[in-house]
Amino acid sequence: MQSTSSPGQPPPDVPGWSPGGSLWGGLGHLLRHSSPLSQQLSPEAAADTESFLRTQCKLLIIGAGGLGCELLKNAALSGFRDIHVIDLDTIDLTNLNRQFLFRTKDVGEPKATVAADFVNNRIPGANVTPYHANIMDFDKDFYRQFHLVIAGLDSIDARRWLNAMLYSLVERDDEGNPVQETIIPLIDGGTEGFQGQARIIIPSLSSCFECTLSLFPPAKNFPLCTIANTPRLPEHCIEYANAVLWDKMKPFGNSKLDTDKPEHTNWLFEQAKERADHFGIKGVTYRLTQGVAKNIIPAVASSNAIVAAACANEAVKMITSIANNMDNYMMYNGRYGVYTYTYRNEKRPDCPVCGAPALVKVTAKGESTLAEFLETIAGHPELRSRKPFLRTSTGKTLYAAAPAHLRKATEGNLDKKLEDLISSNMELTLSDKDLPFIRTVYVSFI
Amino acid sequence: MFRLKQQAKESRTRKETGVHATRAGQIRVQKDVSELDIPPSTEVSFPDPDDIMNFNISLSPEEGYYASGTFEFTVHVPDDYPHKPPKVKCTTLIYHPNIDLEGNVCLNILRQDWNPVLSLSSVLYGLQLLFLEPNPDDPLNKDAAELLKRDRYEFQRNVTIAVRGGYVAGTYFPSARRR
Repeated sequence: MQSTSSPGQPPPDVPGWSPGGSLWGGLGHLLRHSSPLSQQLSPEAAADTESFLRTQCKLLIIGAGGLGCELLKNAALSGFRDIHVIDLDTIDLTNLNRQFLFRTKDVGEPKATVAADFVNNRIPGANVTPYHANIMDFDKDFYRQFHLVIAGLDSIDARRWLNAMLYSLVERDDEGNPVQETIIPLIDGGTEGFQGQARIIIPSLSSCFECTLSLFPPAKNFPLCTIANTPRLPEHCIEYANAVLWDKMKPFGNSKLDTDKPEHTNWLFEQAKERADHFGIKGVTYRLTQGVAKNIIPAVASSNAIVAAACANEAVKMITSIANNMDNYMMYNGRYGVYTYTYRNEKRPDCPVCGAPALVKVTAKGESTLAEFLETIAGHPELRSRKPFLRTSTGKTLYAAAPAHLRKATEGNLDKKLEDLISSNMELTLSDKDLPFIRTVYVSFI
Repeated sequence: MFRLKQQAKESRTRKETGVHATRAGQIRVQKDVSELDIPPSTEVSFPDPDDIMNFNISLSPEEGYYASGTFEFTVHVPDDYPHKPPKVKCTTLIYHPNIDLEGNVCLNILRQDWNPVLSLSSVLYGLQLLFLEPNPDDPLNKDAAELLKRDRYEFQRNVTIAVRGGYVAGTYFPSARRR
């Protein structure tokens, strides 16, 4: 986005913009007034912040679905202009009730593209760049260009991946402290029926997604014995077809179950129906089969709106400093009223992503043996690992002191030279029966 | 509070310390494996030492109905571990109330009661328990379960035949005798 105006002045290409006036005037107002909750900015600083938001700030929104549509709309109307959006999905007819950037004619089109076009046409000054792709298709250089990421994802896997990716972008200075400019905050929203959450993750400073992974209720699973012997619900019959019959009957050769393929889902449906008839259970439908096999949870538009509003609110606060951010997790439950509560998730010291301390640097001679290197590790003051299980970051097992079978399988490496096993400046992952944490060992050859 | 207005991000010598994104599950498995508490009756083996997400368990119960046999299991740990439980299959054909003839294992912690604070050691203990105390109230092999409830001496006889190698209720069980 080009802006030729001086900071704080209305960009000439944006009709209706004036400080204190219509479209984004409210933000200018907030920036120029003091309140008990934030310090008053000098006029220069206020203008500077506005200019940053309009001309420099790059925002990444992940997902252009239920939350994504809301997030895009909120962000663009709040004054973010350079917005990028990733979504791998295409528009389905059933999305239209709540994903308001899409119309009937858009069914089958990529969500990211249609959403971006809609916002660009509707909101003056918005410059949304769409990517019809998977978040995992992009590398560190892509993510590094953003100032802030807001995610409206629907899977735990994708969140874990994104969390670890943003964490991996954090660089450290010589004392091992995170370098501020390399920290990209993540605002993560999520909804499930009438419930939702919004949280702020500041990689390396706040608790990360992986820290609190165990707080998620486990995926709903029916006891195998029930679905095999005493089914009572239509879901039991579908789960039986899914968990037992597919592997047993291999209806499509060796191909894995793909619930996006109608013929696969249809096969599940027919098998489940047959089983339900046999046990006198009513209610197995194609729709329910889809729901159970894909684990579909009904989406509630108002939950999306509330959670997206909280996310956008935090994004604006973070970029402009008009108020402090929430710390750091908000839960919302709209099931029996409107209940929200905000509390701080703490960092978990043994978190596999952010809990490892700044990596431990070890130098070694390339021609020394792995056995000699293990002695170095055993004597290293920050490691003191005597029963090491050492793997490279590329997934090769170098040595495992336990269990016995793995030790025997890797003993042969002990006499090998380090330079034949790894290269210099490589990261190794070290765990040890007697060490509470995993360590990352950074080996340089001397 | 964290303030975001940053300067242009100049390139600097990269000293990235983070773990690679897809490896969070693997790192947890590495931790679990190094902390594995292997009971004396159990052996754990890795067909490919570099692939720690797939391994085998060989169980030779020291007491109980199955004391004379050795039973093999494969364990596959999914990438989204520990959010999802490991997948365990019994590769030895076995006459057992909680294991069917396809090798599916009915153990609560492998399905409905799985919880990310559990570990691979919990799975080993769970399998142990299954052999020490087969649970007829939660059957996968219904015939075996009913027999265990009705007449445990008859049940023991069937187990012994199956472990030694022979026909039980029309199914041939190859020998699973302890090596």
